[in-house]
Amino acid sequence: MQTFDLEAEGLRALNETLHAQADNTNQTKWEIVNPRGSHAIAVGLDAPIEVNVKGSTGYYCAGMNQQATVNVHGSAGPGVAENMMSGTVVIEGDASQYAGATGHGGTLVIKGNASSRCGISMKGIDIVVHGNIGHMSAFMAQSGNLVVCGDAGDALGDSIYEARLFVRGSVKSLGADCIEKEMRPEHLEILTELLERGDCDAKPEEFKRYGSARTLYNFNIDNAY
Amino acid sequence: MCGIVGLFLKDPSLEPQLGAMLTDMLITMTDRGPDSAGIAIYSDESQGKAKLTVQSDTPAEDFSGLDKSLGKVLEGAVKMVVTDTHAVLEMQADQMDTARTYLRSEHPSVRVMSRGESLQIYKEVGLPKDVASRFNVSKMSGSHGIGHTRMATESAVTTMGAHPFNTGMDQCLVHNGSLSNHNSLRRKLRRAGVHIETENDTEVGAAYLTWKMMNGASLGEALESSLQDLDGFFTFVVGTKDGFGVVRDPIACKPAVMAETDQYVAFGSEYRALVNLPSIEDARVWEPEPATVYFWTHQSAPTQEKAA
Repeated sequence: MQTFDLEAEGLRALNETLHAQADNTNQTKWEIVNPRGSHAIAVGLDAPIEVNVKGSTGYYCAGMNQQATVNVHGSAGPGVAENMMSGTVVIEGDASQYAGATGHGGTLVIKGNASSRCGISMKGIDIVVHGNIGHMSAFMAQSGNLVVCGDAGDALGDSIYEARLFVRGSVKSLGADCIEKEMRPEHLEILTELLERGDCDAKPEEFKRYGSARTLYNFNIDNAY
Repeated sequence: MCGIVGLFLKDPSLEPQLGAMLTDMLITMTDRGPDSAGIAIYSDESQGKAKLTVQSDTPAEDFSGLDKSLGKVLEGAVKMVVTDTHAVLEMQADQMDTARTYLRSEHPSVRVMSRGESLQIYKEVGLPKDVASRFNVSKMSGSHGIGHTRMATESAVTTMGAHPFNTGMDQCLVHNGSLSNHNSLRRKLRRAGVHIETENDTEVGAAYLTWKMMNGASLGEALESSLQDLDGFFTFVVGTKDGFGVVRDPIACKPAVMAETDQYVAFGSEYRALVNLPSIEDARVWEPEPATVYFWTHQSAPTQEKAA
């Protein structure tokens, strides 16, 4: 295992070192010590490596991730795993606002609570939150799955397209054009696999599914060019 | 942007280090706003006296003999301590209004930064590290304090546009965000007789809270009504003689992190600002909820009120 002291060696050296890892690297396991809330830790990775951040992170940790597994042993600041393409990001603590925003793929697991705007404009990412999520989560969500084992805040799924939202607890309010939907066997199957991937022992039957009512302007074919 | 830090000590043995801890926190937040910086420090060493902290761009001329001429007007001794562009004038609490009237008419280039029994505000244009060292903030002791580093959006980069803003005796406000309805609210408050000095949006927010409290609201009530009457983005941190409070607008896009241990309650715009605090790894760390007023005082347990 490689250990990298962020305080001693600096952010640019860290990300350059991680970017230099190729598909066939032998250095597959990395530990980052002294993160001290720094921004942009382990951003833009594109190799099948595992990075363990020993502490809390600032803005944009693990942004644009591809292939890599990033574990944050603490809490994450705003924009964690923003625009992730593939791979896995696991936050042991809480995540601040817009976690997993615009993510195209991969899995984001938040073991504590996520703040506002979780999964905003998600485009294929799967997000599993063990705790609660804040207001305006999954705003304009286009594709992918958001699983919430706790409660959701105001305006969940406002102007949502085709993403699936699964919430076990209460939903404070639904956003425009977001409705509760029937949980069919295929959804239970998807949810079972997501909960397993998210290391979460909640029962799929306890969840409700929410999604788009498809009544907003852009869903009407007469409004197409 | 803008960076806010705040520290409220529960453990009196940390009080001699308050200035040093706040300075370190504020310098960490420098890249959130390098335009100007300020710090509000509360220390209860007044023994019934009140402090008027004033500023001048020409301190050598303005402060020379100011204690004597003011003492003559007030018919009592005025103690003056000059630090760089600021001076702290100590007098009887009931003489404060007379002193302010005198300064306004006879020394218009002397501007009041703060008034209170335990509050002192120091603020200037420049980087946090420079402002803090000019005023020797790291040597200051106290029970609680608030710091701010500004990235100006709504008004000019001047001393008077820097935070914290004094909102009344021993009260201050810092702000991260921007208020959109400050022009109309300023007109309204001026018609109601509230003195507003600058075109700055935060000063309007501060004046609004002062006006609410002049009309009988508690600080908590004033903060809650600000959620209705202020349009725009804000994370506010307020200080009072024995406490400190936090409120965020309902959208809550301006960042905020809090940490609490048996020794202190701390606020930072980012977690980075908190990493050097004692036992931070064991602290309860959380993000304050939107549209919720948080308040701590030395006299009572913490309160948290969800606005209706």
